[in-house]
Amino acid sequence: MTDILSITPRPPGIKPLLEVKNLVTEFPLRTGIFKAVNDISFAIEPGKTLCVVGESGSGKSVTARSILQIVDQPGRIASGSIVLNTKDGKSLDLAKLDPRGKAIRAVRGRDISMIFQEPMSSLSPVHTVGDQITEVLRLHLNMSKAEARKEAAELLRQVEIPNPEQALDRYAFQYSGGMRQRAMIAMALACKPQLLIADEPTTALDVTTQAEILDLIKRLQQTTGMAVLFITHDMGVVAQIADDVLVMHHGVVKEYGPVDQIFHTPQDPYTKMLIGSVLKLEQKAEIRLARPPLDTSAEPILDIRNLSMHFGEMKALNDVSISLLPGETLGIVGESGSGKTTMGRSIMRLYEPTGGEMHYRKANGQTVDLAKLEGAELKAARRELRMVFQDPFGSLNPRMTVAQVIGEPLLVNGILKGKALDEKVCHLMEQVGLDPAGRERYPHAFSGGQRQRIGIARAITLNPRIIVADEATSALDVSVRFQVLDLLMRLQDELKLAYIFISHDIGVIRYMCDRVGVMYRGKLVEVGEAEKVCNNPDHAYTQALISAIPRPDPRDRDRSRRFRYVEPAHTDTSNVKNGSSAR
Amino acid sequence: MLKFIVKRLFWMIPSLFAVSFLAFVLIQLPPGDFVTTYIATLASSNEVIDQNTAAQLRERFGLDQPMLFQYLKWIWGIISRGDFGMSFEWQQPVSGLIWERMALTLVLALASLIATWAIALPIGVYSAVKKYSIGDYAFTAFTFFGLSIPSFLLALVLMYVAAVEFGADVGGLFSQEYETASWSIGKMYDLLTHIWLPVAILAVSSTASLIRVMRANMLDELPKPYVTTARAKGLSEFRLLVKYPLRIALNPFISTIAWLLPNLISGSVVVAIVLNLPTAAPLLLQSLMAQDMYLAGAFVLLICALTLIGSLISDILLALVDPRIRLE
Repeated sequence: MTDILSITPRPPGIKPLLEVKNLVTEFPLRTGIFKAVNDISFAIEPGKTLCVVGESGSGKSVTARSILQIVDQPGRIASGSIVLNTKDGKSLDLAKLDPRGKAIRAVRGRDISMIFQEPMSSLSPVHTVGDQITEVLRLHLNMSKAEARKEAAELLRQVEIPNPEQALDRYAFQYSGGMRQRAMIAMALACKPQLLIADEPTTALDVTTQAEILDLIKRLQQTTGMAVLFITHDMGVVAQIADDVLVMHHGVVKEYGPVDQIFHTPQDPYTKMLIGSVLKLEQKAEIRLARPPLDTSAEPILDIRNLSMHFGEMKALNDVSISLLPGETLGIVGESGSGKTTMGRSIMRLYEPTGGEMHYRKANGQTVDLAKLEGAELKAARRELRMVFQDPFGSLNPRMTVAQVIGEPLLVNGILKGKALDEKVCHLMEQVGLDPAGRERYPHAFSGGQRQRIGIARAITLNPRIIVADEATSALDVSVRFQVLDLLMRLQDELKLAYIFISHDIGVIRYMCDRVGVMYRGKLVEVGEAEKVCNNPDHAYTQALISAIPRPDPRDRDRSRRFRYVEPAHTDTSNVKNGSSAR
Repeated sequence: MLKFIVKRLFWMIPSLFAVSFLAFVLIQLPPGDFVTTYIATLASSNEVIDQNTAAQLRERFGLDQPMLFQYLKWIWGIISRGDFGMSFEWQQPVSGLIWERMALTLVLALASLIATWAIALPIGVYSAVKKYSIGDYAFTAFTFFGLSIPSFLLALVLMYVAAVEFGADVGGLFSQEYETASWSIGKMYDLLTHIWLPVAILAVSSTASLIRVMRANMLDELPKPYVTTARAKGLSEFRLLVKYPLRIALNPFISTIAWLLPNLISGSVVVAIVLNLPTAAPLLLQSLMAQDMYLAGAFVLLICALTLIGSLISDILLALVDPRIRLE
């Protein structure tokens, strides 16, 4: 491990800001001890950015929390050292401190501060933002109330929150997602810490907001000279901001080195896989390249005309028209609140559209308007249109076995039962790459990727013709994501399916889709070939969206190409979420 | 906000009418009326009343008139003069009877409420923070005892112990010499020496359930990310517990005000009877048994009004303490 530590040549006498050696953090379980972090070592230099990257369960968050001794119960640091070398030349081993003691509390928020993934739930819902910022100022810097308030307003100004004086008295839920994360950053920077730990701070944000937050952190880092420990699963973000990279997998370090080396001459197979999976998203899927070109002259299987869906004042869908060809994968891309999920749900008639038509061409050539179907006809149509959901944990009933989940559509429609049903379930499970032997088990026994396969098996049970996949791979780790995407495309070939693939991830869209519709504030701003929209879009919004995506190459960090889309003159405020967003 | 309150107040009026009418009907549903009960009571002491006297009594009480007429007369009295009618049994105005008892009822209810919260909230927080510790298990065991022991049984046992072992004067809220005396320092002290027993009995069962609720609320809040944020700021464990999770875990308690107020009257009937407390609950029970309908009707009306007011107060308070409700 010591040879790893010496990767960055350092002038003798100058110590790194933080030096972690042989850290082990463990969680006692009923069945033994689980080492979430197992013997890792790294160092952070003043003013530099270290990215810790890994998939879920890699121990990256636990590493970050170990530094501040705020690991969730019953986790604890078992061995190793975390030495903080402060500016005044003192060294302090954080691992030796009592997690409840005064010494570590003096470090938290003052020398080392932290921001978290979910800015909404990381701020108290019943205290004003100002209250939460002044609290840390008063705690560590002994400011008076008035001083702290003045300083807090200054901090908000620094993170570019408009009208900081008024913003102080607002609550977190009155802020938009990006604003909340800015407020979190302001809070973390209050005492001018030497190290900022950022635990997936942009994962819950849209790409354009992510780009702004990353820029903000970079700029603040340059002005204050603080070091950043940045935890993420996104290799694109790593490439854009890291000086050094630490790749973690199952609690151990797979690779540690300067960012250029990690990306251009990776040594470890796991690192190579991570980088490969990001590069894969830069082009079309192999399965699709092998296909014959799509018959564009065919009659569309689904023709959506002027579809609108209003929730009171809010126009979630505003006059959307798009068509889907048989066997086609149509991507719908957009940021949160753009109406893409509303569109999927309206097509499934989970919502009653306020206006417009959706002409669905049945297998016998007859067309029906999905927007107006009722009763038995709607039921019949729903058998042919199925949905795959985002959350593989929430979308499966935990009290039903996998066989029940997959077989339910057949059972409730009275198509199969008993032995025939069992055989069909086995067949479906094989089709989606699951072992039928596990069909009597409950969903909790399966991993995220396997659960999503169960969801897909349930969707194809009734031989549908269209599948609406709403962010079907967003909750999955990159290594699993491709398996699920490839499965979807294989099934498409086998079952002659047409997909409506809703995603916020341009990479996934480029990999998977034939055509793409770009949504912005309930409107479809651009529709075209996936290739064209992803690489050379026409509409200014799409261009802004594409420009905000972090490029997975540390040698390509030109931020000047990035710009923010500003809607032309007529400002339509009716789409602002809940009418309470600060932006 | 103001509009909301006015609207809620307006909707209370029809609810009160509906409930009072229903109460009136329900009280009269059992066969017979107050006079039959009265005759039966007299008959048990070998006094016989002939049909004529009974009819005279009915006429005097207005019981010979149709029910709807009786109801309208009663309601009109309340609206026009604030007159809740006369209690047949006590031969006194209903309002006087009720108010006389309400003061002590209120004192007892508030005392047991404060005792309950003062004991239960800290224990609940402790149980949640030290989940699965020995202390938590001990308190859990206590709460299950508290929940499963009927309070009248506890009342009997404690009375026995206090009277026989310690020679304390139990039952009622005053010693005999102060029972009818007017308020003085001595009477206050006398009240204090008597009130601890009912307060302890009433507090035990509600403390037990409150500890469970508080523990569950805290356990919901403790793993939330904002708690970790506060910890990462360097706040001490106690300060962050009080400021963040406890503050939010207390919100559900505000909604309990809605049923605290009506409980003033109808709660803890059995305990009050066992301990012979001069509170409202035994009077309510007595009036129902005797079909003393104006007294019973006034009680039901009061309970209904307190329920409505209680829920309005808790809604307003909830909006005041939780900005999510106030601003969204």
